[in-house]
Amino acid sequence: MDELVVETRELTKQYGRAETGRLAVDRVSMTVRRGEVYGFLGPNGAGKTTTLRMMLGLIRPTAGSASVLGRPAGEPEVTARVGALIEGPGFYPYLTGRDNLRVMARYRGIGREVVEAALERVDLADRGDDRFKSYSLGMKQRLGVASALMGDPDLIVLDEPTNGLDPAGMADMRALIVQLAHDGQTVLLSSHLLDEVQEICHRVGVINNGLLLRESTVAELRGATSLLVRATPLDRALAISMRLAGDEGVRVQGDHLLLDVPAERAPEVVRELVAEHIDVHEIATSERSLEEVFFEMTTPVLEAP
Amino acid sequence: MTTVMTTVTTPVKTSTLGQVGASTGAELLRIRKWPAVWVTLGAWLTLSALFGYVFNYVAYKSGSNSFSNEGESAASLLATIMPVGVPNTLVDGMPMFGGALMLVLGAIVAGSGYGWGSWKTVFTQGPSRTSTVLGSTTALAVFVAGTIVVTLVFDLGLSLVVAAAEGQHVVWPGLGDTAQAVGAGFLVLEMWAFAGFLLGTLARGPALSVGLGLVWALVIENLLRGVGTLLAPVATFTHVLPGTAAGSLIGSLVGVGGPDSTPGVVDAISGDRAVWTLLAYLVLLPVATVLLVRRRDVN
Repeated sequence: MDELVVETRELTKQYGRAETGRLAVDRVSMTVRRGEVYGFLGPNGAGKTTTLRMMLGLIRPTAGSASVLGRPAGEPEVTARVGALIEGPGFYPYLTGRDNLRVMARYRGIGREVVEAALERVDLADRGDDRFKSYSLGMKQRLGVASALMGDPDLIVLDEPTNGLDPAGMADMRALIVQLAHDGQTVLLSSHLLDEVQEICHRVGVINNGLLLRESTVAELRGATSLLVRATPLDRALAISMRLAGDEGVRVQGDHLLLDVPAERAPEVVRELVAEHIDVHEIATSERSLEEVFFEMTTPVLEAP
Repeated sequence: MTTVMTTVTTPVKTSTLGQVGASTGAELLRIRKWPAVWVTLGAWLTLSALFGYVFNYVAYKSGSNSFSNEGESAASLLATIMPVGVPNTLVDGMPMFGGALMLVLGAIVAGSGYGWGSWKTVFTQGPSRTSTVLGSTTALAVFVAGTIVVTLVFDLGLSLVVAAAEGQHVVWPGLGDTAQAVGAGFLVLEMWAFAGFLLGTLARGPALSVGLGLVWALVIENLLRGVGTLLAPVATFTHVLPGTAAGSLIGSLVGVGGPDSTPGVVDAISGDRAVWTLLAYLVLLPVATVLLVRRRDVN
């Protein structure tokens, strides 16, 4: 049974008047299921943060609706069960990291013992008594994540959590999210980094210019694997390949052939080619990276003036 | 997922009162640990000591007339800085600079969080917008009430020092007078703090709201009252303004002694009407803030 943690319907945010304004989010309908890490992927300015803000009730949609945990977004009962870090951590600069979390724990109505656990979790326990304003960008970001984790929420929304982190910090943050997923936590993660999403997300929503272009699993998005074959002579290899994969199922790429067949058919392909006295130099499975898919999807839109 | 979900989400049900309580506790924690807040309190106590005691005592000892005591006899001057004079001294400076400082306090409590992004974080914690505003204003009210109690003790201490230094018999102020002064001071300072809170919310930052608020409280209302002596409609208008109400309430307690009374202390409206006007502001200002925050997009 797939329980929907987040569901938006035709969610739209228009800034300014209809003719002259800017459509930041355009009829986005997306779903996040319980227990998954959902990657919300798009370039900077695509409308990710605006969509997340509407989900959290920080801003009002111009049209459409968002429901979180089965209730309208922004209701106190809902936000109490959601932990969020939206567009940079917002804390009191004069308070220590620990006191900042204590203030937020009081707002949540939960005990201060969760503060220590949260600080431990993001590796800030030993810097907890330093003022927030003295933190590096990465530490501020981690404190924001710590705040989102407090109170074991049903949904954790992290907006670009690796922003401002150094490579080691990024790796730690990803490990933390993977761990959260392993614990069955539902995470909605926005990112403009493809490898990040590819690495840790189960499902992905791709957004660009306010439009949700696609929503599917990472595997579906990357499409079926194809088989890369380098064989000579090329023309005869092509003829045989087309017999195996169909006329439309083979593409020539330089001195390679790309066959749209599953990886399990590799031995069969080799056998057929060798039986026809063709020299097979190389065979490999080829998977499109999310990056290729992403640019395929977004490039025509980006070319528009 | 193949397994049937066993945990069905039961959203946390918290009463509005519980949310306001949680918000108040959170705000008290962060206000208590804020250096800027203690600087404001320190400034108020310093000003109270200087204008309420130090200048008058020096004037009394030297027999000269300072700007604030012109025409007063030495005996009446001494009386104001004795323990019996504490209720009046406590509230004398409140309509003008006490109120101005509380306006600053309200404005920074409400306004700073927009620049820091801390309101954004707070609004995603659970309590509704209404609850967070009510919690924050309640915390502010608690702090203002504490300020008045601290000032009362501080003034009593200073007056006892003066009494001891001058070998005067200590006459304690009446309980009724003291209670009345504390109550009036609470209304006045609270009103200005809430006005600052609304301004800080409107401007989404402390700088503009403090600037506009101070110009209003210190300049515009005085100018309008001046114009009011010439134009009756303007006078009627000034009678509903916050500064006039605050000044009139204090004026009804300490008396308005001609041209040399404390700036801001006036007798434009009766004490009773001033109390009702201030009470109306104490309700209207937070309600306006709640309405504003509820419908606002927070970035």
